[in-house]
Amino acid sequence: MNFFLDAIAWIFDPANYAEPGGIVSRLLEHLLFTFVTLVFASVIAIPLGYLIGHTGRGRGFAIAGAGGLRALPTLGLLTLVALWVGIGLEAPYVALTILAIPPILAGAYTGFEAIERGTIDAARAVGMSEGQIVAKVEVPLGLPLLIGGIRSATLQVVATATLAAYVADFGLGRYLFAGLKTRDYAEMLGGSILVILLALVLEGIFALVQRLVVPRGVIAGRPEDVRARPIRSRAATGTPVTEGRSS
Amino acid sequence: MNTAKRGRLALIGAVAVGAVVALSGCASGDPLDGGDAGSGDSETLIVGSQDYYSNEIIAEIYAQALEENGFTVDRQFRIGQREVYLPDIEAGKIDVFPEYTGSLLQALDEDAAGGTSDEVHTALGEALPEGLRVLDAAEASDQNSWTVTQDFADQYELTDLASLENVTEPMTVGGNSELETRPYGPIALKEKYGIEIAGFVPVEDSGGPLTVKALVDGDIQLANIYTADPNIKSNSLIALDDPDGLFFPDNVVPVVSEKVDDKAADVLNTVSAALTTDVLVDLNSESVNDKKSADKIAAAWLKEAAIF
Repeated sequence: MNFFLDAIAWIFDPANYAEPGGIVSRLLEHLLFTFVTLVFASVIAIPLGYLIGHTGRGRGFAIAGAGGLRALPTLGLLTLVALWVGIGLEAPYVALTILAIPPILAGAYTGFEAIERGTIDAARAVGMSEGQIVAKVEVPLGLPLLIGGIRSATLQVVATATLAAYVADFGLGRYLFAGLKTRDYAEMLGGSILVILLALVLEGIFALVQRLVVPRGVIAGRPEDVRARPIRSRAATGTPVTEGRSS
Repeated sequence: MNTAKRGRLALIGAVAVGAVVALSGCASGDPLDGGDAGSGDSETLIVGSQDYYSNEIIAEIYAQALEENGFTVDRQFRIGQREVYLPDIEAGKIDVFPEYTGSLLQALDEDAAGGTSDEVHTALGEALPEGLRVLDAAEASDQNSWTVTQDFADQYELTDLASLENVTEPMTVGGNSELETRPYGPIALKEKYGIEIAGFVPVEDSGGPLTVKALVDGDIQLANIYTADPNIKSNSLIALDDPDGLFFPDNVVPVVSEKVDDKAADVLNTVSAALTTDVLVDLNSESVNDKKSADKIAAAWLKEAAIF
């Protein structure tokens, strides 16, 4: 069972870096595909999510719709779209964008909804217009949750982007398909490990970004959680003793 | 202990018992345990098939023909691709399996030489491990081919693989990833016929609807499609002739274990004698175009062919 060692050896084999179709260009293709998909999905999902979050209308529709989209099997969708538009990158872009929309949409509107109503009422009371409330209060305060949504979408897309290779000469999925059919399991596992590494790196970057986007005012204004420490020692709060019975 | 708790315990108990019963049911239903379980009853023959609709139809025909002649059959269909089921055939866990002469020979012996249908059939008989044999091969074959559209063939007067040198525009090949490195792939076209291939596009559906669409749309010019695929006819595609034997002939043949006696072998040979390529294309078409199930297609054909 040395598949794993074989896969590591495959990753470090200089022959697999020979162009065209070397590991570096496949990695870059995979990253590019992931990035473009996320841009497509964000352009659709963020304005829609903000609209739902700000107005509070259509929330039920968004939850049901996004849930339905999540349930779509991506390979089936990709095949369906490819039968319509033909082979190439269009079908994977459509299928993966649909995969990425639900988490981003959820991140956008929950980001708005999580804001304390009093904050928004205060903004309105000091005379801010609706546009100003969205731009200066809701968007900054909702940003951490939105980034969280994009982060979860990124993880799904970077892992599922291997399907691009189903109908196009593109991305790390090429190693998975080629390895599977020729029983070259070192290549297949090596390709998988690269996808996992890419996913972990992107996760790390997003974890960092998610911390950085918390507005300074929010951090400064956070009340210290006094209840985290017990005020009195536990011994002082015992249960009353009931005599004459054993429980 | 109060009643609510007792009720919950009883529920958990019931679920646990149910789960154990269900799981033990699964265990005895393991498709690959059948070989040992059925060994006491020598009349039960286990018929397997690939995870390929056309192969399942043939397996169903074998199964029904055997049943009509008094054998008891256990169907283990859609097991997977060759790398999955071949170890089970070699271990004698499956008694009857429809196979394709050339492809199976290449899977058993990487260095096998090609040749005519008969030569490949004989070579396959020798390459099979102890305890397995092939019966008569059918005339029907379902093999790899280089396929082009009718328009493309007319434009450059294409008939066979060598005539591809008439083509003046760059040609892109489409097919599964493994096609790129197969002995009959784009490299062989260049080495054997000196035909330049401009590029390779992976379409991972084994010559299915996406590959056919790519070919018809002109995204690719050459595709690897199985010759018994009804899409060839319904989309006016041309499978180019292969006079030099680039592809191994892939005649349909039953691979059988020692449990298949002379009487059963006669039944299967009678089926193979009636199974021509035209028949196979029609059977496949009933599945692809008419969406009929394998058992209905098989029953209808056996009735029509009237071989028993």
